Amino acid sequence: MSNGSALSSGRQADHAWLANGTALSLDALATRPLHELLDAAIRAREQQKRLIALFPFCDGSGDRLLMVAADAASARLSATSFDLAGAPGWPSITPVWPEAHLFEREIHERWGLVPEGHPWLKAVRGHRELEATPVSPAHPFLRAEGEGIHEVAVGPIHAGIIEPGHFRFQCFGEEVLHLEIQLGYQQRGAEQILEQAAPARRLAVAESIAGDTAVGHALTYCMALEGLSGTRAPLRAHAIRGIALELERMANHVGDLGALCNDVGYLPGAAYFGRLRGDFLNLLTEISGNRYGRSLVVPGGVRFDVTPALQARILETIEADERDLRDTFKLAINTPSVLSRFEGTGSISRQTAVELGFVGPTARACGISRDVRTDHPSGVFQFTHVPVAVAEDGDVMARANVRWLEVTRSLRFVREQVSRLPEGAVRVPMSPLAPSSMTTSLVEGWRGQIAHVVLTDDSGRVARHKVIDPSFHNWLALALAVRGAQISDFPLCNKSFNLSYAGHDL
Amino acid sequence: MRAALHLAILLLLPPLLPGIVNRVKAAFAGRRGPPVLQLYFDLWKLVRKGAVYSTATTWIFRAGPVVTVAALLVAGLLLPFGGGLPGPAAFAGDVVLFAYLLGAGRFATVLAALDTGSSFEGMGASREVTFAALAEPALFLSIAGLALARGTLSWTTMLSGQMPAWHSFGPAFAMLIGALFLVALAENSRIPFDDPNTHLELTMVHEVMVLDHSGPDFAFILYGASIKLFLLGAIVVRLALPFAASIPAHVALFLAGMIVFAVIVGVVESTFARLRMNRIPQILVAAGVFAALAMAVILIRVNG
Repeated sequence: MSNGSALSSGRQADHAWLANGTALSLDALATRPLHELLDAAIRAREQQKRLIALFPFCDGSGDRLLMVAADAASARLSATSFDLAGAPGWPSITPVWPEAHLFEREIHERWGLVPEGHPWLKAVRGHRELEATPVSPAHPFLRAEGEGIHEVAVGPIHAGIIEPGHFRFQCFGEEVLHLEIQLGYQQRGAEQILEQAAPARRLAVAESIAGDTAVGHALTYCMALEGLSGTRAPLRAHAIRGIALELERMANHVGDLGALCNDVGYLPGAAYFGRLRGDFLNLLTEISGNRYGRSLVVPGGVRFDVTPALQARILETIEADERDLRDTFKLAINTPSVLSRFEGTGSISRQTAVELGFVGPTARACGISRDVRTDHPSGVFQFTHVPVAVAEDGDVMARANVRWLEVTRSLRFVREQVSRLPEGAVRVPMSPLAPSSMTTSLVEGWRGQIAHVVLTDDSGRVARHKVIDPSFHNWLALALAVRGAQISDFPLCNKSFNLSYAGHDL
Repeated sequence: MRAALHLAILLLLPPLLPGIVNRVKAAFAGRRGPPVLQLYFDLWKLVRKGAVYSTATTWIFRAGPVVTVAALLVAGLLLPFGGGLPGPAAFAGDVVLFAYLLGAGRFATVLAALDTGSSFEGMGASREVTFAALAEPALFLSIAGLALARGTLSWTTMLSGQMPAWHSFGPAFAMLIGALFLVALAENSRIPFDDPNTHLELTMVHEVMVLDHSGPDFAFILYGASIKLFLLGAIVVRLALPFAASIPAHVALFLAGMIVFAVIVGVVESTFARLRMNRIPQILVAAGVFAALAMAVILIRVNG
């Protein structure tokens, strides 16, 4: 390893390695001078690492900037910290590592530090776009001008029952020249609540980060706490967590396939997929008592066991559903009018997806094999491999295909896991959290990679809890997908991503 | 007597059609669906409500729905319902007035939409007018074909009595029915041209123009839409049911035909996805080509 020479020359290692969900003592976390950040970013990009988190934190020795990157080739995460030492900012790393763009914007907004040379240092969640600050110029919406160019503003209040967000289109007739998405209307301070609320309440907060990803976020949260405390959840709990995670994935993918049909006015697809989504939610209800699987995953295991009677019922239901799902998907996909709407709509190139660090089905639909379950397996996925579903075209059809493939593979996974659940307990008591430590937990939620980075102080309390929902990475994908498309195709594109406003806003 | 029956059908029956369409769609989706009479309930509910007017709007906005319904009702007086009920206000050349009354109704709706100053409604208005401009040639070429075949310019004589035209112009009439059916779907913003059920403003054509109407105004909009569907359906049904009979039997046959028309619209909506917006002109031009071809065939038969 190149680290060898660095160590022999007396330098500290560039970064510390850790696995998904394991703890690292802050003493072992290398601290580099801030001016090395740019170099580190260039090297990380050369090594095809992905940026998981970038945020400042404060421990006893002062303010530091933490960078966590993922290396899929070695299934490891690297953590480095940079000594801020009262500096007002640093040369922006976005020009050399574009996927850092939102992280730097977030840092600028929340902590007032200035990544100099960032191309678009607009607030991520706040609405101060028209106010110039001493360090940053005003960032009004980008505006196209010329004859026949008009602006369409949608939201933040929408006609349907959906979350608030503002979409500003610059159009030439029916063609979209540019879309700018302004979010932040759902900002609840989830990270601050996770740091400050009574520990017993935090799980409920984690489950509410994105309401349709309750299992995913709860699992990521619990993995982080278990990593910090060295608690090992029992095997049976891991299997049940995996089953719940995949049921959540199937419910959402199937629901979205129905929603895609609905958006193009294809009634049978919308109706049948809609019914089947209900079946998966009902299975989650049978396991946990809640349609979205809330309060199932808890630190140390799961709260509810799967009884033999329930095992039989799950197998029975998914067998019937698999048949119906196949018929419905075939019906929709063999309808030329549906295909003509899906194909070639909302395309994103593979290069764009790589550069901007998109995650989940969005990235996989662009031909990128990127899946936390395979790249950084944890829990039950260390023992069972779920094949990564990849499509090439990056359009609505590709995203629908990826989601469909994931549904079929999740069905197989759930059948396997349910039919041979490990014996034993489903929950163990939690040990106290290790002091002055950090961990990063990653879970492949149905929208993509969910990341929680948790740091403890010297008394073993949570000092920082950073949440990165997949939507944080992917909203820009939607804005790019509709460039040059028809404005009337926007809702279809939007549904093919179905990103979370709450998950982004936190 | 006939005029009274005609008027009763024109005023009372149109809201039945969307109810039938929705029941068919519900059946395809495995649902029971709303009552067939749902639109009547909705209209009754809406006329008792108050209306909200934006301060940006003027009398044009309020006039829109009324003018639209008035234009459609007058158009309805020109049209025979089946072979048994001639149009009470029929005269030679009423086909042209009919087409322009539809246009006038649309014009009033579009003006009302533009009057709100909303970018959505402007977008919908622009789409509606674009598609209407493409649907109009298909309608006029169909009318021209019929006029040639029957040697008259009045709907009532054009669509009355036995239709001997079926014997000599069968293929041409089939094409005319196809073209007029497409025009009926496009004019009434049905799938595959528009989705009457969508809540997505950016994809709407007709529905987005009426977003700001409420209460009795919205009732007029819904009522007007059902009349339009009924009128264009009536032409298609009469062409497809060419034979004549005694008046009660023929009226019953006509009404049965209208129900079948609604069912077919429902089946189309249940089995097709809607078109991408930039494909709509192609289909409308295709309808125009059908109509032109039919006219050419009729022209050759008539002259030969």
